[in-house]
Amino acid sequence: MSNAVELRSLSKSFEKVKALDDVSFDVAEGELFGLVGPDGAGKTTLFRILTTLLVPDKGSATVCGLDVVKDLWAIRSRVGYMPGGFALYPDLSVAENLEFFAAVFGTTVEKGYELIAPIYRQIEPFKDRRAEALSGGMKQKLALSCALVHRPDILLLDEPTTGVDAVSRREFWDQLGNLKASGLTIVVSTPYMDEALRCDRVALIHSGKILEIDPPGAVGRRYPLPLLSVTGGERFELLRALREFPEAHAVYLFGDELHYTDKRAEVSAQAIAAEVQEYLAQRGHTDAQVAPISAGIEDSFMELMGGAPPPTAAAA
Amino acid sequence: MNLNALRAFVVKELHHILRDRQTLTVLLMMPLVQVILFGYALRSDVRDIRMAIVDPTPDNATLELQSRFLSTMRFRIVATGQSTDIIEPLFRRDKADVALVFDPDFASHLRGTEPARLLIAIDASDPNTGTTYLNYTRAVIQAYQAELSAGSNQVRIVTETRMRFNPTLESVNLFVPGLIALVLVLVSALMTAISLSREKERGTMEVLLVSPLRPQQIIVGKVLPYLVLAFANVLTALLAAWAVFHVPFRGSVVLLLLESILYTLVSLALGVLVAAKTASQRAAMLTAMLATMLPNALLSGMIFPIASMPRWLLPVTYVVPARWFIVIARGIMLKGVGLGILWRETLVLSAMALLLLVAAMRSFKPRME
Repeated sequence: MSNAVELRSLSKSFEKVKALDDVSFDVAEGELFGLVGPDGAGKTTLFRILTTLLVPDKGSATVCGLDVVKDLWAIRSRVGYMPGGFALYPDLSVAENLEFFAAVFGTTVEKGYELIAPIYRQIEPFKDRRAEALSGGMKQKLALSCALVHRPDILLLDEPTTGVDAVSRREFWDQLGNLKASGLTIVVSTPYMDEALRCDRVALIHSGKILEIDPPGAVGRRYPLPLLSVTGGERFELLRALREFPEAHAVYLFGDELHYTDKRAEVSAQAIAAEVQEYLAQRGHTDAQVAPISAGIEDSFMELMGGAPPPTAAAA
Repeated sequence: MNLNALRAFVVKELHHILRDRQTLTVLLMMPLVQVILFGYALRSDVRDIRMAIVDPTPDNATLELQSRFLSTMRFRIVATGQSTDIIEPLFRRDKADVALVFDPDFASHLRGTEPARLLIAIDASDPNTGTTYLNYTRAVIQAYQAELSAGSNQVRIVTETRMRFNPTLESVNLFVPGLIALVLVLVSALMTAISLSREKERGTMEVLLVSPLRPQQIIVGKVLPYLVLAFANVLTALLAAWAVFHVPFRGSVVLLLLESILYTLVSLALGVLVAAKTASQRAAMLTAMLATMLPNALLSGMIFPIASMPRWLLPVTYVVPARWFIVIARGIMLKGVGLGILWRETLVLSAMALLLLVAAMRSFKPRME
């Protein structure tokens, strides 16, 4: 199988900000590929390079085997792009928006109908309503229909579920699953972890750097710091005590247990577990169970969204 | 060019325009309101009024009135004579603005009971300044009369007025062409700038750019509907001028409409350029106002005569499109002349349109900057 997207040492800066810093990865044809990272991580810049809107400072990128700098017009008719914040015309009706984008991409709604039908049919009853009067979920469906109507080879979606209710988000991802099943390559960015879990592979991105690319189940393998699970006793008391521990990097509640990350990458998790156990006993939490664990996607996700970049993150 | 895409684009733009009812109402009413406001309200001020005096029988009273004129600091006596023959050559060579002709019996009548007669002749080739000359002249005479009447005897000075070159003194005649120029710039430059920058703000420009549409197609699609709107505005302004102020239309309507299209193209290209250089709707709006409306209103000869501008400002007026359009429109409407006379101005406008359209197309990049 050939690659739908190939990025090689891609860098892009705006004045003093490095939006992308030496980014390289491939997306296989037919893959549902997720980009996960906080605001300002460089996701939008990456999409704009893939859609030929921006030229990289360094490195190269191909989409469908076409160079994003040289083959600008060839790429444009083959990608379906949904920028952040649904680019629709609020004063045009649902049908008018769709017809306009179909015409602009040199096709008609009829020709693209088969592909968009599962999505568009849900908003078709409101086709005479102006786009400004639609709910977030309906706007999202309309924007996706507009991006799909010319039957693109690859779908590029920049945070398509931001500002959309939970039910609509789930429906939207069901639709993406169907589109993927039909063979479409999809690159999508998201700030939500439950959505990241539905991708074939996920790239964690922070400050313009790719930290890790893995299937969602394997994300966490490259977690850079010792991680402990702590259970037993009153959870909020434990949380407070652990956060006051001088070597604590981060402590989060995960259901019944607490996940504790230590600052010291060089000390073994076993040694730290013993140390934490002793500290908790001193604070009166004698029944606390402390054990080293390996990180899952949740831990990586919390680490990523938590703000400061992980200290010894290894580029994938 | 993909005609289907272009048609869809124009239809979309028309929807934008037609559905924004408030803006549309303002745009359509503007020529009407402006014709009426300018027609009634705008008058220009003058300082140095050159006066010629015809005084067949110089006397204390006539000399006293002359000195009254001089003491206002506004009037300057450039010639005095005994016969009205001196007036015509002075006006023709533009050496005098006002001529004051005393009746031979002015002084004796002033002391007696019969009305003392005065003739005021005014060069009104620019009706606005002409009216102003007249008003100042009358004010001086009335003050003089009031002073003399302060005692017991009632003095009557009767003035007769002759407006030269534009006997009916329809100042609105000269304004309508300027007004059309202003409205066209407003609709064309301002509205295209706003509508293009709105696409940027909404993010729809991002999708349009990613589409196979070429930047030139986007511009043509944007500009065409506004060309139609501008056309409607020209017609409204002409109709209002004719209906309210009975402004004559002596030349070819078709020629004027064609010239209007040329001028609109210049304005539209300016609007596209402004939108390309600005980041937000608000910035685009203010820049468009500053760059197009103000110079076109103030430096075009519409309100302030170009002849009265300081010398260093003159070259600046040459790059103001409205300066050329106003000459064309006044020529066609008021003098009834055609391309035989106006070819030079038309050529300048055509060159401007070509240059700006190319610049506008080039300013519009196929990528985000």
